[in-house]
Amino acid sequence: MLKIYVDMEKCQHYGQCVFEAPDIFKLNDDDKLEYVATADDSRRTDIESAIDVCPMQAIVLQD
Amino acid sequence: MSKSVVIVGASMGGLRTAEALRNAGFTDNIAVIGDESHAPYNRPPLSKEVLAKEVTHEAVAFKQRQQTADVVWKFGSPVVDANLDAKTVTTDDGETFSYDGLVIASGLRPRRLDVPNGNVTGRHTVRSLDDAIGLRAALVPGARVVVAGAGFIGCEVAATARGLGCEVTAVAIDEYPMVRPLGPTFAADLQARHETHGVQFRLRRGIADLEGDGALTGVLLDDGELLPADVLVEAISSHCNTEWLNNTNLDLSNGVLADRALRAVTVDGNSVDGVHVVGDLARFANPLFDDVARRIEHWNIPTETGKRVGPVLNAYLSGEGYDELVAQPFTPMPSFWSDQYDLKIQGFGMPALADEIAIIEGSIGGELVMGYYRGGKLVGVVGIGLTSTLMKLRKELMGDA
Ligand SMILES: Cc1cc2nc3c(=O)[nH]c(=O)nc-3n(C[C@H](O)[C@H](O)[C@H](O)COP(=O)(O)OP(=O)(O)OC[C@H]3O[C@@H](n4cnc5c(N)ncnc54)[C@H](O)[C@@H]3O)c2cc1C
Ligand code: SF4
Repeated sequence: MLKIYVDMEKCQHYGQCVFEAPDIFKLNDDDKLEYVATADDSRRTDIESAIDVCPMQAIVLQD
Repeated sequence: MSKSVVIVGASMGGLRTAEALRNAGFTDNIAVIGDESHAPYNRPPLSKEVLAKEVTHEAVAFKQRQQTADVVWKFGSPVVDANLDAKTVTTDDGETFSYDGLVIASGLRPRRLDVPNGNVTGRHTVRSLDDAIGLRAALVPGARVVVAGAGFIGCEVAATARGLGCEVTAVAIDEYPMVRPLGPTFAADLQARHETHGVQFRLRRGIADLEGDGALTGVLLDDGELLPADVLVEAISSHCNTEWLNNTNLDLSNGVLADRALRAVTVDGNSVDGVHVVGDLARFANPLFDDVARRIEHWNIPTETGKRVGPVLNAYLSGEGYDELVAQPFTPMPSFWSDQYDLKIQGFGMPALADEIAIIEGSIGGELVMGYYRGGKLVGVVGIGLTSTLMKLRKELMGDA
C-alpha cells in the first residue's frame, strides 16, 4: 500500500497532478484539491508523475 | 558488457533523465556530473517563497527515489570538454569519463550586465541556491533594490523583495513587465498590480553604468537618471552552458538542436545516436504548434524531456525497439506558473507565438483567463485563478478537447 500526503500549506491548487493520476487527485467544485490518501502499489509510476509535475512540490509519497 | 551513461548537469533535467532510464529498465552504470556542490534541487522557489523565508538546500532538494539509489553523482566538477568520436567527456580536474550514452543537461546561466564600472559589490543573480543565499542576505528591510529585467523571475524577485520590506525599482527595455510572453494588455494589468504593492518601474530604459567605489551606491540609466541602490539583481536573460561542447560538431546556435527523439543534431543536420539533450538547453520542434525548433525555459520541460530520453536511450543501448521509439512524436505541453504577491499566474502552450490576444473569461484587475491565438487557432492560455477554465483550455491545446 502506498501512502500519499499533500502538504496543504504548500499546495496552490494548480491541479497539475490531476492530469497524471485522476483517480487519486481531483479539483472539487471550488477548484480546491482533494485526494485519496492511500493507493495500491501498482499506482506508483503515476503518483511519481504527479509528484514530478506539482509546481509546489507539495506531494509526498511515503514508502 | 555493461554500458555506461554519462549525464552532464546534476539538476532537474539530469535527475529526471536518470530516473526515466531506470524506469525504462536500464540497470547498468549511470554517472551524473555537475558543477554545483549540491544534489539536485528545485529552482522556482528561489525567487519566491524560499527567498522570502530561509534559503536552505533542504527546503528545495528533490527527494531521492529508490530506483536511482545506485546512480553515481559527482558534484562540484565542471565538464570542460567532450569528444563524440572517442565517446568521452573530461572534467576540469582532468578526469575522463567514457560513455555509451551521453545526456546533455547543463542548462543556462544568467547573462550579466556589461557596464564600465562593473567591479562593485552588491550585484546579484538568481539561478543557483548559492545565488539565492547571497541575495537573501542582502534583502534587508529598507534596502534599495534595483531589479534589472522585468521578466517572470525579475518580477518575482521584485514582489518578494517588497514583501521583505525593501524599496524596489524594476528597470527594463520593454514597454511592460512580462510583455514578451503575455502581450501588452495582461502585462499592463500586472504592472498596475505591482505598482499597487509599491514597486516602481523604469520601462523602455536600459542600464548605462553602476555607481560606487567598492560597494554599489547607484544604478545609472541610459536617460541619465540615477537610481540610488544597495542591491542590484540582474535578471536580464541567459547564456547556454554549452562551452564544453565547443569541440564537437553539434549545432549549438541556440542551446543544442535536437530531433524529436531529443538526439543532438550536428551542424550538417544529422542526429547523433546515443547523445541526447534535455531541459532548458534542448531546442526541438513541437508538432502541437509547428515545425520550428525552439528552446522552452519552463519547469515542466526537464521532466518531459527526461521522460522522453529515458526509454529511447535505453532502447538504443539494449538494441531493442529503438526505431519504433524514435519514430514516436514528441508533443509536450509547455506549462508554467508564477507567484507574485497573492497572484497565482498559470499558463499553458506558447502564448509568445500569438498574433491575436483576447480575454476568454474574467476581467482586467480580477481573476481572468487570456487566450492567445495564431491564425485564429488557440496556441496558449494564461490565467489568474479560474483553474477549471484553464484546465479545459489546456485540453483544447492538446488537441483532445
Ligand atoms: C529563480 C528561478 C525561478 C524559476 N521559476 C520558474 C517558474 O515559476 N515556473 C517555471 O515554469 N519555470 C521556472 N524556472 C525555470 C526552471 O527552473 C528551469 O526551466 C529548470 O531549472 C531547467 O532545468 P535544467 O535541468 O534544464 O537546467 P538547470 O537547472 O540549469 O541545470 C543545469 C545544471 O548543470 C550544471 N552545469 C552547467 N554547466 C556544466 C558543466 N560544464 N559541467 C557540469 N555541470 C554543469 C549547472 O550548474 C546546473 O546545476 C525558474 C528558474 C529560476 C532560476
Ligand atoms: S499539482 Fe501540487 S499544487 Fe497543484 S493541486 Fe496538485 S498538489 Fe496542489
